[in-house]
Amino acid sequence: MKNQTLFFPNPVYVKETATIAGPKESEGPLKQYFHHCLNDDLLKQKSHEHAEIKMHIAALNHLLQRAKMKKEDINCCFSGDLLDEIISSNFSMREIDVPFFGLYNACATLGESYILASSLISTGLLDNAICSVSSHFATAERQYRYPLELGSQRTPLSQWTVTAAAATLLTREKSTIKITCGTVGKVTDYGVKDANDMGGVMAPAALSTLKAHLKATNTNTDDYDLILTGDLGFSGGKMLKKLAEKEGIMLEKNYLDCGMLVFNKEGQEVEQGGSGACCCGLVFNSYVYKKMLNGKYKKVLLMPTGALLSKTSSLQGESIPAICHAVCLETEY
Amino acid sequence: MKADKKEQKEYKKLLSENMPKTKHVSTILRAFFTGGIICCFGQGIKMLIGFILPQAEEQELGGYTTICMILITGILTAFGVYDKIGNFGGAGSIVPITGFANSIVSQAMEHKREGVVFGICSNMFAIAGPVIVFGITASVIVGIVYLFI
Amino acid sequence: MDYFIQFLIVFAVGGGICVIGQLLINFTKMTSARILVIFLLIGVILEAVGLFDTIKEVAQAGISIPITGFGSTLAKGAIKGAQERGLLGAIVGGTEAAGAGLSGAIFIGFLAALAGKPKTKD
Repeated sequence: MKNQTLFFPNPVYVKETATIAGPKESEGPLKQYFHHCLNDDLLKQKSHEHAEIKMHIAALNHLLQRAKMKKEDINCCFSGDLLDEIISSNFSMREIDVPFFGLYNACATLGESYILASSLISTGLLDNAICSVSSHFATAERQYRYPLELGSQRTPLSQWTVTAAAATLLTREKSTIKITCGTVGKVTDYGVKDANDMGGVMAPAALSTLKAHLKATNTNTDDYDLILTGDLGFSGGKMLKKLAEKEGIMLEKNYLDCGMLVFNKEGQEVEQGGSGACCCGLVFNSYVYKKMLNGKYKKVLLMPTGALLSKTSSLQGESIPAICHAVCLETEY
Repeated sequence: MKADKKEQKEYKKLLSENMPKTKHVSTILRAFFTGGIICCFGQGIKMLIGFILPQAEEQELGGYTTICMILITGILTAFGVYDKIGNFGGAGSIVPITGFANSIVSQAMEHKREGVVFGICSNMFAIAGPVIVFGITASVIVGIVYLFI
Repeated sequence: MDYFIQFLIVFAVGGGICVIGQLLINFTKMTSARILVIFLLIGVILEAVGLFDTIKEVAQAGISIPITGFGSTLAKGAIKGAQERGLLGAIVGGTEAAGAGLSGAIFIGFLAALAGKPKTKD
């Protein structure tokens, strides 16, 4: 490990991806890229938690189907979500019957799972692994904020938790997109306490990981076709650009944020854009993955960001720590 | 890493300069409008009850009005309308008695899936509980003070 | 015409109280529970010092529909109880007077929870 960064000795390939998008996401600009769109977010279940579990299972099954593989062929699953005790991942795995690691890094879980799975695959301990994440607007809203029917006003800084599940199959078998290295983030806390201002909380974490990654790989932001942060949203993205500029790192046209991409800024009333564990999963596994296969993007730095708060810590007056992991993906022909 | 006090202060300053601001004029106008309408509605109901029960005393009228307002809020919340009013009106929908009722009904509905006893009943006052605790405590204090004067 | 002016006053006073609440939200990021408590206590205090009825004569529902009205009902009950029945009245008076709001909210909340289902926002 050099400068927080793991260089994988053997390349790890992204074999297949699957995404399931909720109804509001399916009205957004990326609709055509999603593998499956839902028109109801309760899925005829008893509760939204059950719906999230069903969505997670569906994403995993969809992935297996697309990769033409069986459950028995899968070595291991690395999954996470936002709920207390990551119940939607844990309960999904009850149905899937594959060795399982449950992960939690809030919205940065996807990055965490890619790095862990890639490390084990690259060193030959695993042949393949599935990384999956899910999030649901109604379950997150209830756990972190207020009841759905409470008449409260959304603040201009608030973001909309994405209702979706995404799964990625990583293998040693050669395919087009490979993961070359991953930077493990450090927990960063700049004393922000406003639980609505997630972009402001996570921007310094993203900057710290970006700096470490560029230093370790001895690269410049221009070397990447796309630098994609997880869910900073419009204001958080702007903040990151400003912070980076101060450090002499230029984030120009090749910088995007999944939270900015997933919804229409006009007309969908999402204020600063999307957020949630599956925000980057949904955008990366559909839109960016397809653009990489098309050859539009050749080198992508994926940086899922996560705010590590709980309702208890907020009530006890704690500030909100944040984390960001970076994964470098390249196409190979 | 936890940033030191100076860095935190600098970062917060940067945030407050760059983050989008609350639209004060628009939110205040909407709160005024929503609050005004709800109060007028309450006045209308009170007058209507006054017509139906001409002998009723002021206190009785007030009681019936409160119950009617809570009933209407309960119905609006159950049909998923009150949260839209709330998103529009902000404090205009929180401060009236309807906001109090909405905070009880929405909590009760949200926790329906955890069962009647541990879901609905034990979570009903998660938001409105402080109002009742403070209200009753303050009333007892006022009552005891009045005993001595 | 009298009705029109009456409603205008109710609208202005009720709206004005809500604007104070909105200012609290905008500048202090308070949540609804705290705002309700603050206005409730304002109602209790106004009643205890005897100002509430004076305002209510003019503003009517403008001050009694906001949660201040609930606070005043509590305080009024406690004061009346204390004067008529002594210590016991002081303790139970407030709850008795506010019973309409309390019982109504609990009963209706319970029924609504049995009948309704929380829906996702769109």
